[in-house]
Amino acid sequence: MTDLTASSALAGAQGRSLFERGERTRRRHAAEKRFRMIGLAAVVFGILALFGLLGSILTNGVSSFRQTYVALDIHLDPAKLDKAGTRDPEALRKLTTFTYQPLIKAAVDRLISEKGISIEGLGGKDAEGIISKEAPAELRRFVLADPSKIGETVRFELLADGRIDGYYKGRVTMETAKLDRNVTPEQLMLADALKAEGALTTRFNWSFFTAPDASDTRPEAAGLGVAILGSAYMMLIVLCLSLPIGVAASIYLEEFAPRNRLTDIIEVNIANLAAVPSIVFGILGLAVFINYAGLPQSAPIVGGLVLTLMTLPTIIIATRAALKAVPPSIREAALGVGASKMQSIFHHVLPLAAPGILTGTIIGLAQALGETAPLLLIGMVAFVREFPAAPPGGFFDPASALPVQVYNWTQRGDPAFIERASGAIIVLLVFLIIMNLGAIFLRRRFERRW
Amino acid sequence: MTPGILAIIVLVLTAAGYVLGRRRALALAKRDGARLHSLPGHYGQAVALFTMVPALLLMAAWLFLQPLLIDNQISSQIPDSVIPEGGARSLVMADVRRIADGLDRLVETGRVSEDALSSMQADTTDIRGRLAEVGVALGSDVAPAVFDAAKSYRSIADTSALLRNIAVLATALAFGFLALQRVKPAMRARNISETFIRSLLIGSSLVAILTTFGIVASLLFETIHFFRLYPARDFFFSTVWNPQFRGGSDLGILPLLWGTFYVSVVALLLAVPIGLMIAIYLAEYSGRALRSFAKPAIEILAGIPTIVYGLFALITVGPFLRDWLAQPLGLGTSSSSVLTAGLVMGIMLIPFVSSLSDDVINAVPQAMRDGSYGLGATQSETIRKVIMPAALPGIVGAILLAASRAIGETMIVVMGAGAAARLGLNPLEAMTTVTVKIVSQLTGDTEFASPETLVAFALGLTLFVFTLGLNILALYIVRKYREQYE
Repeated sequence: MTDLTASSALAGAQGRSLFERGERTRRRHAAEKRFRMIGLAAVVFGILALFGLLGSILTNGVSSFRQTYVALDIHLDPAKLDKAGTRDPEALRKLTTFTYQPLIKAAVDRLISEKGISIEGLGGKDAEGIISKEAPAELRRFVLADPSKIGETVRFELLADGRIDGYYKGRVTMETAKLDRNVTPEQLMLADALKAEGALTTRFNWSFFTAPDASDTRPEAAGLGVAILGSAYMMLIVLCLSLPIGVAASIYLEEFAPRNRLTDIIEVNIANLAAVPSIVFGILGLAVFINYAGLPQSAPIVGGLVLTLMTLPTIIIATRAALKAVPPSIREAALGVGASKMQSIFHHVLPLAAPGILTGTIIGLAQALGETAPLLLIGMVAFVREFPAAPPGGFFDPASALPVQVYNWTQRGDPAFIERASGAIIVLLVFLIIMNLGAIFLRRRFERRW
Repeated sequence: MTPGILAIIVLVLTAAGYVLGRRRALALAKRDGARLHSLPGHYGQAVALFTMVPALLLMAAWLFLQPLLIDNQISSQIPDSVIPEGGARSLVMADVRRIADGLDRLVETGRVSEDALSSMQADTTDIRGRLAEVGVALGSDVAPAVFDAAKSYRSIADTSALLRNIAVLATALAFGFLALQRVKPAMRARNISETFIRSLLIGSSLVAILTTFGIVASLLFETIHFFRLYPARDFFFSTVWNPQFRGGSDLGILPLLWGTFYVSVVALLLAVPIGLMIAIYLAEYSGRALRSFAKPAIEILAGIPTIVYGLFALITVGPFLRDWLAQPLGLGTSSSSVLTAGLVMGIMLIPFVSSLSDDVINAVPQAMRDGSYGLGATQSETIRKVIMPAALPGIVGAILLAASRAIGETMIVVMGAGAAARLGLNPLEAMTTVTVKIVSQLTGDTEFASPETLVAFALGLTLFVFTLGLNILALYIVRKYREQYE
């Protein structure tokens, strides 16, 4: 079917050898080449888009795995912390973080004078300002955990302020510091001097994985601990609910269901659920689980239930494909030696289909792990600093989730949170890669071709 | 006893039922010298199933219906006088639940004894202050009627929980015992337990129907509620979207639909040609090496969560378009825009279009290509004039599915398109979509009585209807126009 009709082909070819390329042939070949180049360009664009996407996240986020700390010898002054000298934990608990701030100020001032650093124009509050606002709370936790340390001088590795940290990551410069209300160029010079003395170091940031979220003004203390735990709880719920229900439903539909109206309705339903936008599941969760059933907001149990409903179609489709792939001869052989249909399925077909089912389940879980929109609606965006308790009670405690934490951080003012958000995405992607590699491994290792 | 512990007890009883049933079958067979109809395990299985399933079903039903019944009962106790002007009964009910919850915690932590609680009166004790001790913050002081309602809520909930525990355990024991009594060698244990399992399988597959029902019911119910408070005509035909927290909002859907449509069109304009060309190139031209690298690489794009695309739009594409396109051309100063969201969403849809089209193109039989080559057509001519027409229904189906994904996509538009509801043509301006507004109307503290919140359900229903329509249309086109080869 070319646009070469017989007459024009003859006219074009008249008096010319077949080996000679006519004008029309050249045009057609040029069109062919163009088409091919467009195709190649599309492929290249697709691959570049992938690398651009990952590259942008990586370059923005890798720095969140390193954090700037200041080593300080802090004298836990009994005159300030425990005037009565009783070391009574109840009395200590009454002290707020404001009591600890002067200790830090004293320690910083002493460090500066010991090292002989003098910076012109360094304001009264500037020196202690290079330490994170989270530091007093850290001291307070330390003292409450072990009141006997009061009176000693203890070496602390305290977080540096987010702007100081940003200075070593290229986010803050001397020029921007001049315009910034939260940091002065003198503070940056002080930080440089401390770094030269070895008191200020930038090193691997473990607390990014373990610490809970922190408030708007202290991005340096924000971590993913609660989010990772919340996501893990939800995945546990999704796994425990969607795998048995999904496998049971697939066995029925694939092996037992008669061809009738009801079966048709179920199948159409499953196909449609797979295509329903995820946010609609969020509305369902809000209306049914929270509003109607009265389950708590931001709780992993609600998130887990919503994600279960979303994951079910994926698992059902994968399981049915795996069951279908087991040849009928297996079933017939089992039936032939006297097994019932149920026995043939549970003893023979299901174990043979297990790798396929597990692969589908892992892929479904990976999807659920990255899902954000429905979790926003059921209140997982709330600011949660407390770790949820151990399961099962912890399923009802407020928690966050990895992708929601990312969204949460992008909504904050401080640019340091953008770095954190990209770092959190990297963590999320690492989890997804591990899960998908697991699925690929299972498929390669155990899947049988009949 | 919490539902979790109750479930564990039922499971323990189930295990005991299995052991007892099996043992009894063996013992009876030995005593009577009879042959068992089924394997001993089947007798145990039958007893276990009868112990577990009715009890757990009862528990689930109880947990599901309890809130409804208690709420009805308590809600009728609250006099109209304590419901604030312009507020709703449901808000007061929410307060009642929170107070009851706080009272539970007060008792749990031992700050107040049960006796002291029953003599506590709202007008003599500072309820709000006491509840704040256990971390339950209330917006205002507690009216005596509300406090009494909370107390009776507690007592009814307690009674209900007690009744539930008794009923569930009694069911488990009764059914288990009955099943155990019926065990005898001639009992067709395998058939019984298999019929039972089969009905469980059917039950599981009904979850899909239940979910759909839940979605439709919750959307419809709240939407009807919404249209009682806000005229449907204004919702569907007004061109102004301007929610106010003090009432008097304009909630016209048209600007949102326009934004959704605009972003989706931009996304499809990017995704369809590129996705299609990728599919064609990989199916018809590329060598094995390129295909084995490019195909999985592009499919990775489909596995990346949308929040990642959203962040990409927010921190890379948005600022780039603003600095290099919008500001030099004087068309806008916002980094979130239709173009930002559209382009990023287009990238997300590329693998969707390409892998679906790839399947369709590969399904076109080789004979058709060979016939075309035999007539002297070049490869691209064959693709354009033979393969494309043959694959068209499948490709149209793929595009419709991609469109349905595009209009339901949330995170990319939340982070890339902006929040301003606007009917405009400039693609570098921020606009907003249906999904963005669902998120913004429903996040944070939601009270379920105002049209500003309920509108999200109407938006959700609209979205659901649109995506469902597109999916059904796609399936219909694929089925109806699919060429049957061979």
